[in-house]
Amino acid sequence: MSIHFVVHEDGDGVGVVVVEGIKAGQELTGWVMEQNRDITIVAKDPIPIGHKVALKDHGVGDTVIKYGVDIGRVVAPITQGQHLHVHNVKTKRW
Amino acid sequence: MAIDLSRATFWGYRRENGRVGVRNHVIILPVDDISNAAAEAVGNNIKGTLALPHPYGRLQFGADLDLHFRTLIGTGCNPNVAAVVVIGIEEGWTARVVDAIKATGKPVAGFGIELHGDHDTIMRASKAAKQFMHHASALRREERPLSELWVSTKCGESDTTSGCASNPTVGNVYDKLYGHGVTLCFGETSEVTGGEHLIAARCRTPEIKAQFMRMFDRYQEMINRHKTDDLSESQPTKGNIAGGLTTIEEKALGNIQKIGRKCLVDGVIDKAETPTGPGLWFMDSSSAAAEMVTLCAASGFVVHFFPTGQGNVIGNPILPVIKLCGNPRTVRTMSEHIDVDVTGLLRKEMNLDQAGDALMDMMFQTANGRLTSAEVLGHREFVLTRLYESA
Repeated sequence: MSIHFVVHEDGDGVGVVVVEGIKAGQELTGWVMEQNRDITIVAKDPIPIGHKVALKDHGVGDTVIKYGVDIGRVVAPITQGQHLHVHNVKTKRW
Repeated sequence: MAIDLSRATFWGYRRENGRVGVRNHVIILPVDDISNAAAEAVGNNIKGTLALPHPYGRLQFGADLDLHFRTLIGTGCNPNVAAVVVIGIEEGWTARVVDAIKATGKPVAGFGIELHGDHDTIMRASKAAKQFMHHASALRREERPLSELWVSTKCGESDTTSGCASNPTVGNVYDKLYGHGVTLCFGETSEVTGGEHLIAARCRTPEIKAQFMRMFDRYQEMINRHKTDDLSESQPTKGNIAGGLTTIEEKALGNIQKIGRKCLVDGVIDKAETPTGPGLWFMDSSSAAAEMVTLCAASGFVVHFFPTGQGNVIGNPILPVIKLCGNPRTVRTMSEHIDVDVTGLLRKEMNLDQAGDALMDMMFQTANGRLTSAEVLGHREFVLTRLYESA
């Protein structure tokens, strides 16, 4: 089956959309690359290619995990399937 | 299609000091900004030569001046260069560049403009450049072992596909080349922020780890001293953010995929310094594409891997830049810039080993003489790193 997003490894809180034109309400298939298994999720927002979809709910102050590593802090609540980007996540550095 | 790397060879130009290049440029190198016009005139007069204009070289001092000379001298010494004509406003600093390049045994001639003017300088320098073109064009490629190849990498206009596809592809090739005596380089000091612990853990010795962390901490201190915000739109860039990268940490973790999973960091070098042995070297450097690639060329690297996500179009005058991309939209809209298409990775149509072999194949083709997209399109970005204001 063709995939809509990829996840680096189990435990990551986000996936990366790798096709164009993802719409809200669309069921997405994702490939967890490290473990080589597929997962599914429903998109709640339109998400551009290259942008991230949340795989789980995140509260303000939570840490976002990608590559199994901390990539920043949540500054606005995010639910599973939503677009996760600069409007709701910021760096912990600088 | 996997290549037996233990017996692999490429066809290169063996230079007087034993280093091997994959290009055969005669360059016209200005020492300073005001010598650009004469250098470009010589470049126009003598067909096949390449002038490298740049905006600096006057009233620099201290470490910044040292870096200026190191970059110009390193560029002239690079084995992709057959011969060099150096032009400066006066003869003293011109001779400093000439003498350092001459130490490699390479043909080099220097000309000062003062007491001559542009016309006379252009005439004298053109006569030297013509002789160098005859010399260079008579040279022939020789078959050389893979271990004599020096390969650098730096990514640009990255997006999330860089960390999923094109950067791991470079990492796969680095892991494959590492055991075969190849000299490899990566850098981008600010762009490992959030993943610095992962690089520290890959340093071969505690001493190398301490040197790496000193470079990392110094760069962080410089950023913290000058920053006015969290650097969003600078690092990550506006293009990175448009491509879906959210924070420097996320960008850094994608960046680090370029050093693969197995190879260790065997040493660190300052900007434009030359590695002293094979293995993987970290260069303390800017993350701006043209600056970093210019520094790689000045350090002596002869082939460059440049993964991109959103489509950075960079090239370099003397260092062939091989571009690879995993973003299908970029490959569709900017195909003329992409040498290796690894979008199949994100459709599960190719695995990382196959993507790495495709890049490896392009590396050998490029080393043997095939021009890269950036070369054919005329991208010759020669951008010198500055450390601070001129005096």
